[in-house]
Amino acid sequence: MSAVEYRDVSVTAPNGGVLLDRVSLTIARGERVAYLGRSGAGKTTALKLINGLVAPSSGTMLIDDAPLGEQDLVALRRGIGYVMQHPALFPHRTVFDNIATVPRLLGWDEARTRDAAAALLRQLELPVERFGTRHPRMLSGGEQQRVAIARAMIVAPRLLLCDEPFSALDPLIRTELQSLLIETARETTLVFVTHDVREALRIAGRIVVFDAGRVVADTASGALARHEHPLVRRFVASAG
Amino acid sequence: MNLLRLTGEHLLIVVIAVTIAIAAGVPLGTFAHRRRGAGGVALRVTDAVQTIPSLAMFGFLIPLPFIGGIGMRPAIVALVLYSLLPIVRSTLVGLQRVDPHVREAATALGMTGRQLLWQVELPLATPAIVAGIRIAAVTAIGVATIAAAVGGGGLGTLIFRGVAMVDTRLILSGALPAALLALVADFALTLLERRLARRRGEA
Repeated sequence: MSAVEYRDVSVTAPNGGVLLDRVSLTIARGERVAYLGRSGAGKTTALKLINGLVAPSSGTMLIDDAPLGEQDLVALRRGIGYVMQHPALFPHRTVFDNIATVPRLLGWDEARTRDAAAALLRQLELPVERFGTRHPRMLSGGEQQRVAIARAMIVAPRLLLCDEPFSALDPLIRTELQSLLIETARETTLVFVTHDVREALRIAGRIVVFDAGRVVADTASGALARHEHPLVRRFVASAG
Repeated sequence: MNLLRLTGEHLLIVVIAVTIAIAAGVPLGTFAHRRRGAGGVALRVTDAVQTIPSLAMFGFLIPLPFIGGIGMRPAIVALVLYSLLPIVRSTLVGLQRVDPHVREAATALGMTGRQLLWQVELPLATPAIVAGIRIAAVTAIGVATIAAAVGGGGLGTLIFRGVAMVDTRLILSGALPAALLALVADFALTLLERRLARRRGEA
């Protein structure tokens, strides 16, 4: 059973530029995969194909072995967590109401939502008693990103997609949040976009390197240092 | 006594007109946001209406059946037309100003287009919409003085009578309360706008 499969997928921008060029890739359930690449390499496009924010120009996406085109996108997205570089919390909703977004869309009762939110926030070291009623603007960048993780994880999604969630944070907080994310998403299939090779190594067991819309390397994290591709060698060298 | 009645009439015309303009303008602005092409046309029409001088507008309305004629009805129709533009435009601007990241997050979390609109876009656009309503109300209070020219009543009655009799005190007795009404409306709606902005987490 695969969680995600790209079958010969290409994405063309409205201006004719090729964002993704005939990518084929399979991600198994429970895998933790990092998409590594420079900006514009196609890794974010590849990520957004999974929850249908981007549609393939050709080829087929399969989620849990079913073609994405035949699935109800809204229902699918409620089961896929999504965290971006910009925390993008709803500014008019409290921390708790932000986290309760998907449970409410799914019609959970409030008690269940409250329990799940409290447990998750405790794990993210953001006690609900202190933070639940605050608005996002009263939180630091790191705290906002923790709320974004909680909002994505509360329904225990089968898949968690992260698009450089920590690259705007300072190094200390970044490391802390990386650990918390690994802890929180222990049982979830994870696809994590980053341009930071150290972060990729830390978070993922498998690294897929994108360049100019193509996959140029697909390797276990442990084998990345031995990869021959010149771009991969430059990435590895940059990690020191 | 007379002044009180005329002020009441004035307010009544304005409140009815602005209420109708909100009921039509907010959906129209939302529509303009969703459908760029048709929305552009709607905006240009309300823009064009805004350029018609108010006295001429009342004149145009007199011969029209149903919406025109003499009295309060054409006055309200004219005020609705003037109030539409600021409300449609501010609704559109408020919706367009919603952070695209927030919009993307809402979609990625599994909101339908309608849920995105009601749960995210409209709440975040509310302070802007109230700003539009404020401009519409203040404008309407001013323009409503001209409604007396078509027998619409209100404080304009005193002004027109004063002009005819070259009586400055009579003119002022209509103009000052109208100005005061506009100031009070402006103040109250500004307050509401600020409070909403704070609640929506913007200020």
